[in-house]
Amino acid sequence: MKLFRAFFRSIRDAFKSVVRNFSLSLASISCITITLIIIASAILISFNVKNFTTEIENDVTIVVFLDYDVVEEDRINFENEIKKLDNIDSYTFKSKSEVTQEMIDEYDTFGEILSSWEENENPLKDTYNIKVLDVNKIGETASLIKKIDRVSLVQYGEGLVEQLLQVFGAVQNITIIAAVSLILVTVFLIINTIKLTIFSRKREISIMRLVGASNSRIKFPFVIEGIILGIIGSIIPIVFTIWGYGSLYTHFGGQLFSPIIKLVKPMPFAMYTSAILLITGVIVGMIGSARAVRRYIKI
Amino acid sequence: MEMVRMKNVYKTYPNGVGAIYDLNLVIEKGEFVFIIGGSGSGKSTLIKMLYREEKPSRGEIILGGVTVNKLRNSKVYKLRRKIGVVFQDYKLLPKLTVYENVAFALEVTGADSKTIRKRVIDVLTKVGLRHKANTYPDKLSGGEQQRVAIARAIVNDPKILICDEPTGNLDATISMEIMKCLVDINKELGTTVLMVTHDIDIVKSMKKRVLLLKEGRLVKDYPEGKFKNETI
Repeated sequence: MKLFRAFFRSIRDAFKSVVRNFSLSLASISCITITLIIIASAILISFNVKNFTTEIENDVTIVVFLDYDVVEEDRINFENEIKKLDNIDSYTFKSKSEVTQEMIDEYDTFGEILSSWEENENPLKDTYNIKVLDVNKIGETASLIKKIDRVSLVQYGEGLVEQLLQVFGAVQNITIIAAVSLILVTVFLIINTIKLTIFSRKREISIMRLVGASNSRIKFPFVIEGIILGIIGSIIPIVFTIWGYGSLYTHFGGQLFSPIIKLVKPMPFAMYTSAILLITGVIVGMIGSARAVRRYIKI
Repeated sequence: MEMVRMKNVYKTYPNGVGAIYDLNLVIEKGEFVFIIGGSGSGKSTLIKMLYREEKPSRGEIILGGVTVNKLRNSKVYKLRRKIGVVFQDYKLLPKLTVYENVAFALEVTGADSKTIRKRVIDVLTKVGLRHKANTYPDKLSGGEQQRVAIARAIVNDPKILICDEPTGNLDATISMEIMKCLVDINKELGTTVLMVTHDIDIVKSMKKRVLLLKEGRLVKDYPEGKFKNETI
């Protein structure tokens, strides 16, 4: 019963304190708000970068041209061999007539030339489009495919793909490092702001001790206060994330500059980000005040 | 019954200021005792050790059955609930109203709301500030603030009331009001009152037991009514 009372009184005291120390609360809240917006931006940007780079990586395809004169049997043999390789995600077959049709559809000039050929004159080859599981091993896989019987040519954009992967890897790493260090810096900033605001209440804490408040009875309301500040401080960043990112997404139609750079769909991504913001706000607020009070209560 | 016993108590600071040397002292329950002495005579240090803001370097302090010098920091609050402390600078919580300030001392003990309300109204009536219950401390005069502090100190019904220069910031008339308040508490509730002061006029007019400290030593102990004059 006593514990319950202490619990509810602490919560009441915390709210009282937030309201009555309004200017200090406002300082902490605006600090949390601003820094959480920065964190939100960092998360949104880094996930989008990650998203479009993986999307592009997933588009990387190995094109295998079989010999000009392959028959059904050779194709079955090829498919069996492909299935034995472990880095293969999926493959699709395109017969030479399908390829022809595709080219006709794509370019008018090709169309004129190609349509003049008879079926048995078609100079094109049967092809397979192969997607790999791990793009980084695409070179190895390509050379293995090359060794299969009746394979005439294997192409996957050698050189270009490797460079692209390198650049993307660097970009991903940079955005993640930037996001993480931003988060660390801001967490530090919030903790310090809260510490400063509590520093001004050092006297208050010593008075509480004087009238017989136990350490936990002093600490608890401050910790709750930190949580309240964290929650209030994360409201605007959450609105920014859910509404702001949502409207950004609709404004750009889900892509940035070109269809290659696809944005992450707002739902449930924005929700997860908001959850991260709320949790960060709460935990940081809590740690900030707990650490500040610890200094002034003698243990 | 003994309220306070100090046995061979030493307190030394690196710079030597406010130190206490070999102090022996017994204060009985229900006594009203003045502690006087000049600046740096150790009178503040003495009472700080009683409410365990300071720890003696050596010796034993027993207050109301509690061995104060052995009390761990995390358990100090248990001692503080048994004693009331009043300061020169009142030490009220600025963001709490008069009522809340007094109630806080009871809330921390885990008392139920009904008891708290009754007790707080009682003590505020006693110090004559019932009508200021919802006022914030900064809207009160010095004398009123000190009376709130006294109300807060006695709301727990403590065995001993320790006052560190409670009239230090107040003029003579208001000081006498505060003194009357303290004497009433001492008489009506039987609370032991220990008061540090350097206001000789007050000490002379009250005719109570007086302890004189000089350079950290207890040099004189005047029984009730025997104090004449003393330069400090």
